[in-house]
Amino acid sequence: MSKFLPKLMTATALAATLSIPAFAEGFGLGRPALPEEITAWNLDISPNGDGLPVGSGSVEDGEMIFSENCAVCHGEFAEGVDNWPKLAGGDGTLADKDPLKTVGSYWPYLSTVYDYVRRSMPFGNAQTMSDDDVYAITAYILYSNYIVEDDFVLSNENFLDVDMPNADGFIVDDRPSSEYTIFTEENACYENCKDNVEITKRATVLDVTPEEEGTDQAAAEPVAEAAPVEVAVAEEAPVEAPTDVVSAAFDADLAAKGETVFKKCKACHQTGEGATNKTGPVLNGVFMAKVAHVDGFKYSNDMLGAHEAGAVWDEAHLAEFLAKPKSVYAKTKMTFAGLKKDSEIAAVIEYLKSVSQ
Amino acid sequence: MSDTQKDISPSRRAFLRGAAATGVGLAAGSASAQGTPDPLITEKQDWAMTTGAGVDETPYGLPIKYEGDVIRRNVPWLTADPISSINFTPIHALDGTITPQGCAFERHHSGAIELKKEDYRLMINGLVDQPLVFTYADLERFPRENRTFFLECAANTGMEWAGAQLNGAQFTHGMIHNMEYSGVSLRTLLEEAGLTAAGDLSDKWVYVEGADASSNGRSIPMEKALDDVMVAFKANGEALRMEHGYPVRLVVPGWEGNMWVKWLRRIEVTAQAVEGREETSKYTDTLADGTSRKWTWVMDAKSVVTSPSPQSPIAHGTGPLVITGLAWSGRGAITGVDVSKDGGKTWEKARLAKPGEKMALTRFYLDTDWDGSEMLLQSRAHDETGYVQPTKAQLREVRGENSVYHNNCIQTWHVKANGEAENVEVSS
Repeated sequence: MSKFLPKLMTATALAATLSIPAFAEGFGLGRPALPEEITAWNLDISPNGDGLPVGSGSVEDGEMIFSENCAVCHGEFAEGVDNWPKLAGGDGTLADKDPLKTVGSYWPYLSTVYDYVRRSMPFGNAQTMSDDDVYAITAYILYSNYIVEDDFVLSNENFLDVDMPNADGFIVDDRPSSEYTIFTEENACYENCKDNVEITKRATVLDVTPEEEGTDQAAAEPVAEAAPVEVAVAEEAPVEAPTDVVSAAFDADLAAKGETVFKKCKACHQTGEGATNKTGPVLNGVFMAKVAHVDGFKYSNDMLGAHEAGAVWDEAHLAEFLAKPKSVYAKTKMTFAGLKKDSEIAAVIEYLKSVSQ
Repeated sequence: MSDTQKDISPSRRAFLRGAAATGVGLAAGSASAQGTPDPLITEKQDWAMTTGAGVDETPYGLPIKYEGDVIRRNVPWLTADPISSINFTPIHALDGTITPQGCAFERHHSGAIELKKEDYRLMINGLVDQPLVFTYADLERFPRENRTFFLECAANTGMEWAGAQLNGAQFTHGMIHNMEYSGVSLRTLLEEAGLTAAGDLSDKWVYVEGADASSNGRSIPMEKALDDVMVAFKANGEALRMEHGYPVRLVVPGWEGNMWVKWLRRIEVTAQAVEGREETSKYTDTLADGTSRKWTWVMDAKSVVTSPSPQSPIAHGTGPLVITGLAWSGRGAITGVDVSKDGGKTWEKARLAKPGEKMALTRFYLDTDWDGSEMLLQSRAHDETGYVQPTKAQLREVRGENSVYHNNCIQTWHVKANGEAENVEVSS
């Protein structure tokens, strides 16, 4: 039954698997997919350009759009921030120790870039870009890899003309010939398989294994006891939440809703115990704190100015910022476009109060 | 070896706790106190006198608090943030083969989403006779099947390519789980939409895509799609957990976990592989000369000793010792597992708890009498194709040192005289 790899299949096995029985008349379940529905979801783009929308975008526009939407994680020059993916560089490094795999050095098809950016990016705000913007971003990524010049305009017309440097760098899985013939029963040894054995590497020398917090807590105070409480907060509105620990105006029900909405923010912001600055600053204690109050986070000059001027994250200020961040602080590093519903804004503010105790 | 960092390592702490509780080095059987009556027996205990919890104490139960350390754990430095990240199944603390959903590892590309059954839609489009949309309720009306399969992330053990890195079976081999799935075969759904329009099926593909913001999608050859792929909505008898794709996920037996698309929303029959991000820039394997393998879908035979291991040291001293672990193969059933105590000089056959099942975890045991001497413990899986799990050196010889995915090498634990174990690499 080892017929997973099409190349290895016998003709008979293939025919058996691929034949559709004559009695397959169907169950009459489901309903026809409407053309508009297929258009809405059928977004994937193939290497031959199938699925590319009509449109275009320039390197010049792409630089601006990239800076606003992508640079916070991928860097102004697509060089990558922290652990986020590097999109440029690495040319000629694939055979080196620790190769740098980027769009320029590794990706075989340009269609993959357009397809991925359009469907999955920006992280936490996916599918918000226009088709032309995606062309522009794709053009800018090509430019940052020295694949096109700065006056280049990418469109559905010239898309397939772009040569990807590593287009020929892939082979189809060859394990059947390169490995399965070697790692066999015939070659398996049972006695006197080697003269001596030495330890050559030890994990404890490297010491990169995380501390087992669960174990520690289990010894002192079992986590299983605490867990149900957390679940209740996350999944049901804690109607009976102890209101005495928070200010009188605090609405625990609303805060629970806000915690759900806050998932949109979690891509960049951490809260709670052990929270650290990530792409965005820690938000513990943000409610009623001075703007740009977190030590060690590199705020935009806009925010630092507000800090100097004594601006405070009160309810009103948080509300206007969450609605449209860039209308309040034009240079803010927060790429999030803003929360559309007032109810969501109110809920998130209530949640931020709960982490500001 | 003995520096301050070592003293705070998890295995050290776990070991010390075990040692304090039972007295390592003494004869096994610490409950038999020589001559002194055991107060746990001679004195009346609270639990034997008063009543316990009522039936509705926990309408949906969690493990008892004493098992509070049997949890998923992650390695923060592996990924940029916890939303697009992974954690690990505590395989060192489990037995049998079925992984409880609550501690089965998670891997998300844009976080786990809350998608109601009522809001669930599955579209089949592309080269089919009639593009269709199914609701969750529709899926429940197709003939159903129950099958048990392992899911292993292609990156499982990937951090160990360069050398021994993470000290624990949970971290080196925990990107795996094994569940019994209930659902509909993908073949049934494809036939419902009709494949006449696709013409010759031998060169056609099925592109599958999730509903979350990562829009994770993979291309699967039609032959596999019509063979054993399932559209599943239950695991281990209950609804899938949110983190595993509630309400519906794809099950692709024996193939890398990334293809088991969660929150499955679309199935498209295509004439070519889409070559999306997860099948080009990721989940491809770069060889020593810089060329890379693509379409490396199948997970080769692999095994690991889960106990003793760094997080599960020997705490009972010499005498009877159960060495146990897991074995699996994406190419069929496990037919045998060998265990070596001397780093691969000699091998003996372990006992399989049950005959191996195709593309599912197999539990093995080696019941042994430990004399307290150091061991370099290894396990080696055999599958029904005649394949035998290779050493890391053998894999490096073929692939070089730049691979990340598909590391199915033999693992070594250095078990010391005091029962503590460490992840090590040994000479070939």
